[in-house]
Amino acid sequence: MKTSKLHFTAAAIGLLAAGSLSAGDVRSPSMLANTCAGCHGTNGASQGPASPTIAGLSEEYFVEVMTEFASGDVPSTIMGRIAKGYSDEEFQLMASVFAKQPVAVTSQQTDAAKAEAGSKLYEKNCEKCHDEKGALADDDAGILYSQWLPYLQYSMEDFMAGSREMPKKMKKKVEKLSDAEIDALLHFFASQQ
Amino acid sequence: MSKINRRNFIKIAGGAAAVGAIGFPAIAAGKKQVVIVGGGTAGATAAKYIRRGDDSVEVTLIEPNEQYYTCYLSNEVLGGNRKLETLKFGYDGLRKHGVTVVQDTVIGIDPAGRKVVTEGGKSFTYDRCIVAPGISFRNNIEGYDEAAAEKFPHAWKAGAQTELLRGQLEAMADGGTVLIAPPPNPFRCPPGPYERASQIASYLKTHKPKSKVLIVDSKDKFSKQGLFTQAWERHYPGMIEWKKAADTGGGIVRVDAKAGTVSTDFDDMKVDVANIIPAQKAGVIAAAAGLTDDTGWCPVTGKTFESTIHKGIHVIGDAAIAAPLPKSGYAANSQAKVVAAAVVELVNGREAGTPSWVNTCYSIVAPDDGISVAMVYNLVDGKVAKVEGAGGLTPMDSSPEARKREVQYAYSWFNNITKDIFG
Repeated sequence: MKTSKLHFTAAAIGLLAAGSLSAGDVRSPSMLANTCAGCHGTNGASQGPASPTIAGLSEEYFVEVMTEFASGDVPSTIMGRIAKGYSDEEFQLMASVFAKQPVAVTSQQTDAAKAEAGSKLYEKNCEKCHDEKGALADDDAGILYSQWLPYLQYSMEDFMAGSREMPKKMKKKVEKLSDAEIDALLHFFASQQ
Repeated sequence: MSKINRRNFIKIAGGAAAVGAIGFPAIAAGKKQVVIVGGGTAGATAAKYIRRGDDSVEVTLIEPNEQYYTCYLSNEVLGGNRKLETLKFGYDGLRKHGVTVVQDTVIGIDPAGRKVVTEGGKSFTYDRCIVAPGISFRNNIEGYDEAAAEKFPHAWKAGAQTELLRGQLEAMADGGTVLIAPPPNPFRCPPGPYERASQIASYLKTHKPKSKVLIVDSKDKFSKQGLFTQAWERHYPGMIEWKKAADTGGGIVRVDAKAGTVSTDFDDMKVDVANIIPAQKAGVIAAAAGLTDDTGWCPVTGKTFESTIHKGIHVIGDAAIAAPLPKSGYAANSQAKVVAAAVVELVNGREAGTPSWVNTCYSIVAPDDGISVAMVYNLVDGKVAKVEGAGGLTPMDSSPEARKREVQYAYSWFNNITKDIFG
């Protein structure tokens, strides 16, 4: 096979213009996001039983909640310790990866009767902000659709205990719900397929 | 072949080499070959992530065993809360990613000829080689050979050894003593021996409450020591005794499998069950391939984990000298992804990107009590460095609810990381 230097160089330059991978000191979005997979699953689709699925989170929510984990405003067992290792810019880069992923569908045991009851409560209380059964990751809403039940329970326990602050609109709704109704809602979200 | 080979091409392309030329060199010079030695956490992760990064790269993974048993969570098998089968993983997932999995043992690597040779008589050429052989044992304990390991299992490579030790625990009469001899630093899974003591005590507390766990250490301190000590007082008061190296003149130095004794420099002891974990070094092939230094481990660069001894060979996982990254499953997985990304760039004639690593080690100290240590790492002056202000331990005063959650997050970690590696 004979190929001239010229061909190689020309082709390489042609591709140089199209190249988008950077190799400087900035860590690439995938380099940063790959480190999350150990606990949150490949591409952020968690296999459970408790670590939340983060695939499909909005960039805004991801950056906001990670910043709050780092500051301690959102309580955590371990996320806060790890969040302290990254800058806001790095959160933004990671967020760009997970925002592109489809919302993950989990397979878990839920109570069908509770989920059914939760369905009606959802329409009345939650749908406005957690649209599409909690799958629409708009603005500052997390992914609730098919989310792991223990994670939903931990989050609500923290909200109810006051260790995590509820958004005002959410607080107003949640205050009117009984423990059984909240439980039903969590089963509704977790059961989505 | 033309006079312009791949290496010339990199020189010719020169300044252009730093940026994207996806697919091009592969067309010009044939498909790029990466050979991975060892299909544990590090090797299997690297295989999958290279294919994810560039599916034009041909990846061959050479591993002696058909199945892999994770060491992580194997202490739960000893505690009786888990079946060994749940730790077993095969390589069909990697095959689906287009990885060629070869069941064989690598016996030599020729860095000049870029060639890997196996026991089965096969030879594989590579553009880049990744060596992930895990650990092997040193002869620091007199009399501890393969036969002795049947009497006093190390159970530091999961599988038959784990079942052997579990069987001994089950056969032991109530009132017996289980001795654990943790190895000196550095070794695989720094909190492992102490999680093991917790898990064994958990079993004994329920089934053989008059029994004891005696840890005869070769060190004067250990990972998560405050948290473990707190957990032992909380869950197993009076059941676990830890003797530091200074108490025994350096821990267990000798065993006699026939007589059934384990010895310190001062004492010969006859115990009911002895879990002897020898000192460690890189897996056997690392030394055979000349990749180790006088520590027995493999020196590598921080950025790409390329061997500082042999160019073109990257060493990852427990075998690499990667401190401050620990020898853990999470670290192996994290290193493998960084190196996979680097290898994709390098075989395509581009520069490797800037790394980012994470480690998290969970220890389950009782059925509803989990603790952890975590850290974020970056590259500083060409070396792996901890990010200041990040990471750390579960707080000593964290609530029972938080500890319970950590157990569920430990199980989640296991499910997610094993899917990330083998799925």
